[in-house]
Amino acid sequence: MTRANAAGSLSPDIPYVPAGSRRIILAYLTLAMVALALGGLVGPFQALNSIGVNLYDYLPVTSYYHGLTLHGVLLVLVWTTFFIAGFLSLVTIHGFQRPLSSRGLERLAFWSMTLGLLVAAVPILLNRATVLFTAYPPLRAHPAFYIGLALVVIGTWLLSANVFLTYRDWRRENPGKRTPLIAFGAMVTLAMWDLASLGIAVEFVALLIPWSLGLVEGTNVLLARSLFWFTGHPIVYFWLLPTYLSWYFMMPKQVGGKLFSESLARLAFLLFIPMSLPVGFHHQYTDPGVPTSWKLVHAFFTFVVFFPSALTMFTVLASLETGGRARGGKGAVGWFFRLPWKDPSVTAQLLAMILFALGGISGLINASYNLNLSVHNTLWVVGHFHLTVGTAVTLSFMGITYWLIPYLTGRALYSPGMARLQAWLWFIGMALMGRGQHWLGILDAPRRTMLSDAPYYAAEWLTPSYLVAAGGIVLTVSGFLYLLNMALTAWASRVPAQVEVPMAEPLQDEAAMPVALDRLRPWVVGSAILTAAAWVPMLWYMTVAHPWTIRGFTMW
Amino acid sequence: MDIDRLERFWIMISIAVLAALMLAIVYSVRGFGVEVPTDVGQVDPRTARETEPFNQPGVRQVGPGHYEVVMLAEAWRFEPSEVRVPAGSTVTFRLTSLDVIHGFRIPNTNVNLMVQPGQVVEATHRFNEPGTYHLFCHEYCGAGHHIMDGMLIVER
Repeated sequence: MTRANAAGSLSPDIPYVPAGSRRIILAYLTLAMVALALGGLVGPFQALNSIGVNLYDYLPVTSYYHGLTLHGVLLVLVWTTFFIAGFLSLVTIHGFQRPLSSRGLERLAFWSMTLGLLVAAVPILLNRATVLFTAYPPLRAHPAFYIGLALVVIGTWLLSANVFLTYRDWRRENPGKRTPLIAFGAMVTLAMWDLASLGIAVEFVALLIPWSLGLVEGTNVLLARSLFWFTGHPIVYFWLLPTYLSWYFMMPKQVGGKLFSESLARLAFLLFIPMSLPVGFHHQYTDPGVPTSWKLVHAFFTFVVFFPSALTMFTVLASLETGGRARGGKGAVGWFFRLPWKDPSVTAQLLAMILFALGGISGLINASYNLNLSVHNTLWVVGHFHLTVGTAVTLSFMGITYWLIPYLTGRALYSPGMARLQAWLWFIGMALMGRGQHWLGILDAPRRTMLSDAPYYAAEWLTPSYLVAAGGIVLTVSGFLYLLNMALTAWASRVPAQVEVPMAEPLQDEAAMPVALDRLRPWVVGSAILTAAAWVPMLWYMTVAHPWTIRGFTMW
Repeated sequence: MDIDRLERFWIMISIAVLAALMLAIVYSVRGFGVEVPTDVGQVDPRTARETEPFNQPGVRQVGPGHYEVVMLAEAWRFEPSEVRVPAGSTVTFRLTSLDVIHGFRIPNTNVNLMVQPGQVVEATHRFNEPGTYHLFCHEYCGAGHHIMDGMLIVER
């Protein structure tokens, strides 16, 4: 599948993927990695700050909070979104075995996202948008910040429109056939995201852009904040579902096993569409202006959305077990050690799963309504999302690129050994840092705070802060090894890649699978109704009863 | 749809655990009265200083053993920044912000609030033991966020 030309450079011949699409997918992934490099670079400075070592003078940023904005925006928004755009494009094309429906739409989506990124990057880099990635008004950034991010969101909509058009084309030629699993995963992810992103789209376009441009004097702070969390929680499933796509539908193949249960896998995916959305107020338990009854309803649904993750834990582990046993693993846990730990893509994702279990449990505590009072806005929450988006998602994405980049470039991974070491270092670094941050949170240390200069710094915060600092340094080494390996693969690898897109087969052919598990529309319609019921009354109340007169401030 | 016997068992365990945790929360609210903030009204930050009760920030006794603390948050201080209450008293904190969103955290208590312009926020806590609480803002509010603090002194 790969041929070397006379000059020794390798040009891959990938089935179904046109050369133009391949370039766009590689461009998405490259931008994602650039964001990972720049955003990650700030990390150790933050980690060291918590033990009182303030090295910001050596970093070309204006302040701790300028660096923190870069860290958050580049990692949780850009690295994730751009990786997902590239990965889901490939998954859709490979799953349906046909190019995306519209080349024009494909290009437009890419340029909308890339232009948006550049437009938002300018004010962020110039310290004109030091509002952190949550951008809560009335902290007011330069309008280009909001306009750029809105363009990125619009780009994701164009991408999903293209994916659904591709499905329509495929369905027309394949009536009655079951949607290929990986393409199904991509469509569920994007359908959920299209619904979820309405909140931030309305927040930016209707409220913050006109307000930052000075067209209106004041804005509605709590409405904006609630619209942010309308999107802000389901966005974690926008990151997590592509991860699950790999865990469910790709990893079983990589470990030599089968997907344990196709129908429950599809059910878990589909459940995320309705259940991701009516949960946002669990980020606002300590907010004024929201009645406790609404907070409790969202707490309830947050517990419900744990259910598909519990299904995932069973099905994914059972699928891996089929692989471990096929490879000769015996006993209750012996199969786990027989998994192909030599494959860095597998190692990275297995380690990601282990820390995800801990991050998921700390998430249950965050979600627990009044228990949240003891951890809200502390470093506990930071620990939680470094184990979830920072490990479950990020380390899995890294693991995916260990086969994806060789697949797309036709060049074998430069150093599998370095890749395995990188995965273990990420695991160890995050375990140390996550432990330290959760511990600090229990001790009331606030998050997003320049602790080195805080007059209320408690002596008992120092020991766990050392764990954070140590973890941060290990993670920096790991991130550097990752990017180095990617760069060497792209530019220095001379060995042709021998990789395929891993696609898992179900353990048994379920002829009797309910047809509702292969339909999106009823789930999307049901989700829209549930979402409206869980959000519209409160959003309407805020719109009519809360003040629209809050002026903006530049406080940095 | 075939569901494996073990998986069916797992599904039931998952639902039971989640339901038990949810019931524990409801019980802790009803039984122990640990409640999160609710909607207690709005105030315009431009005129908050002239509006009851924020025209008189400070501590006042509102009943036997019950005190009310009215506080204003603005970049990067609380007003008043030092509060004294007697041990054994129940204290209701009532805050609003004059500019951006701030946080209000009294360590080792359940007092954990978002203080927002346009909104009044309330929490009540009983302080049994004498001591000093170094309270602080825990929501990013600009360049001086980390120096925004205050003292709550529970006197003998």
